[in-house]
Amino acid sequence: MKNENVIQIKNLTKTFPMGKTRFTALEDINLEIGRGEFAGLIGPSGSGKTTLLNITGSLDTPSSGEAWVLGRSVSTLTAREAARLRKENLGFIFQSYNLLVVHTVFENVEFPLLLLGYSGSKRKKMVMDSLEWVGLTDKVKSKPPQLSGGECQRVAIARAMVKKPSLVLADEPTANLDAANSHHILQTMEKLNKELHTTFLFATHDDKVIRYLKRKIYLFDGKVDKDEIIENPGK
Amino acid sequence: MKLAIKLAYRNLIGAGLRTWLNVIVLSFSFVVIIWMKGILIGWDHQAREDMKNWEIGEGQYWQEHYDPYDPFTLAESHAVIPEELQSEIAANRMEPVLIAQGTLYPQGRMQTILIKGIDPGQELLMLPTEKLDTAVAAVPAIIGSGMARAGKLAKSDYVTLQWRDRNGTFDATEIVITEIFTTNVPTVDGGQVWIPLDELQSMLMMPGEATLLTFEDGKAERPEPAGWKLKTSEELTADVTEMIQTKTIGQSVFYIILLLLAMLAIFDTQVLSIFRRQKEIGTYVALGYTRRDVVWLFTTEGAMHAVLAALVAAAYGIPFLIWQADVGWTLPVDAADYGMAMAQTLYPVYSFSLVLSTVLIVMLATTVVSYWPSRKIAKMNPTEALRGKIQ
Repeated sequence: MKNENVIQIKNLTKTFPMGKTRFTALEDINLEIGRGEFAGLIGPSGSGKTTLLNITGSLDTPSSGEAWVLGRSVSTLTAREAARLRKENLGFIFQSYNLLVVHTVFENVEFPLLLLGYSGSKRKKMVMDSLEWVGLTDKVKSKPPQLSGGECQRVAIARAMVKKPSLVLADEPTANLDAANSHHILQTMEKLNKELHTTFLFATHDDKVIRYLKRKIYLFDGKVDKDEIIENPGK
Repeated sequence: MKLAIKLAYRNLIGAGLRTWLNVIVLSFSFVVIIWMKGILIGWDHQAREDMKNWEIGEGQYWQEHYDPYDPFTLAESHAVIPEELQSEIAANRMEPVLIAQGTLYPQGRMQTILIKGIDPGQELLMLPTEKLDTAVAAVPAIIGSGMARAGKLAKSDYVTLQWRDRNGTFDATEIVITEIFTTNVPTVDGGQVWIPLDELQSMLMMPGEATLLTFEDGKAERPEPAGWKLKTSEELTADVTEMIQTKTIGQSVFYIILLLLAMLAIFDTQVLSIFRRQKEIGTYVALGYTRRDVVWLFTTEGAMHAVLAALVAAAYGIPFLIWQADVGWTLPVDAADYGMAMAQTLYPVYSFSLVLSTVLIVMLATTVVSYWPSRKIAKMNPTEALRGKIQ
């Protein structure tokens, strides 16, 4: 695998048991995503984009073929090694935010840093920096139920970005947001991509997201249908 | 570990009412278990102390035929006090007691009793024997409040007492009740009449004889005169020990039930948590936890209920337990009915080991109960957990 590639996928197939047969979610996927890309897996429901995102995030393993993330083969990682990869290098953004509801905004964003064992003062600075990127420094003591959907997703972005990961995986990040909030979120992510050179990989079928992507990978029935680079994404 | 504790604490505090309900139930277990065990220990202490003060001193010599559970042995249970023990008696460090069967006729009724003779000048036992040293027209006698109730006797009452002397000849005399004493030790009260020793020796024609000898020095090297059996205070309180052990088992059942109820609440919370917090579990995994780490986090969370419960229990339990140790717990029924040394009011005694063992047992049980349902997390598919799919 070339070092500049954050993700390299080779002949990847993923099947799931379905009664007595097996359902093929991904079939013979070959893909390379380089550092600093702002790419998206696009396709309708059931096309396999979330499955591919999960394998890339070392939350799942391929049935056959290989997926390398930051030079590490996902299928050969032990549970502890996979957890370490996620902890140190990956950021996740989910459709339904997946914030820890009993924790404050500050504590939610602080969580990945706690896992990494940063000191209290360093954590505080990094959390506040991250919240500043997403414009939520005034909500540090709020809890997720007190926030709007857009604010929740911004907290999720801050949480994903706080440790400055090499790769951020975003699964339908705008699905629960209105247009204004979606654009705000995407602009934030685009800014982070530009400033920190973080690689973003989306799984989406939302036009609002698609318009921002610099690379569009279309999936259909578990196969790569089309893979196009957009020089000047139109918003 | 430190991180799990920190997160578990945040999760518990964040969960609010659900946490505090469990904590309160669990804290109740702490306090009640310590209190109940404290009562038993207190009872044990009191019973032993009272028996020593009222009946057995630091030990006794029994005439070899004496068996307190077999009244038919009483006719044979007497012997001349051994010469080697006379010096202790003269120094008031040993008190002889002579026991015989007799019949009392209070208000025309007939009641079989034990007549016990004791030196009116003795100071070894708490019996108010000085009241036997009274110039009255009949034989002075003291009885316990239990005996007074049973015989419907009051102070200054005259009553006929019948007995058989050493030759088997019946004789009778009038006795007068000079004192009614109250004691927690029923074995010096129920069915007994205490009269002066020399009077009883004369009535039975057994001068210089006794059935048992109570001594105050339990540590001294003791001779074992022929025809007498040495009984240590441990042997003499064996019944109390046995009874308290029986009660301890009974109470253990009660507090196991109490603990089970608290554990059920914790177990239920854990099962519900794992069901409701699947997304959160998936999130922990996505953020860098292994499933094993999440099991550990949930177990710590459950176990931390016990830590919070210990703090809450300390907040209201310590004042309560101190207050109880001060005012005691008055039994709702007459303690005399128990037939053994038991005060009407029991004062709990708490030892460090009692508190420590209770805390450890509750914490261990809580940890096990928390871990049990948490194991399910290890089998969860994180991608489905993330989406909150029921697994």
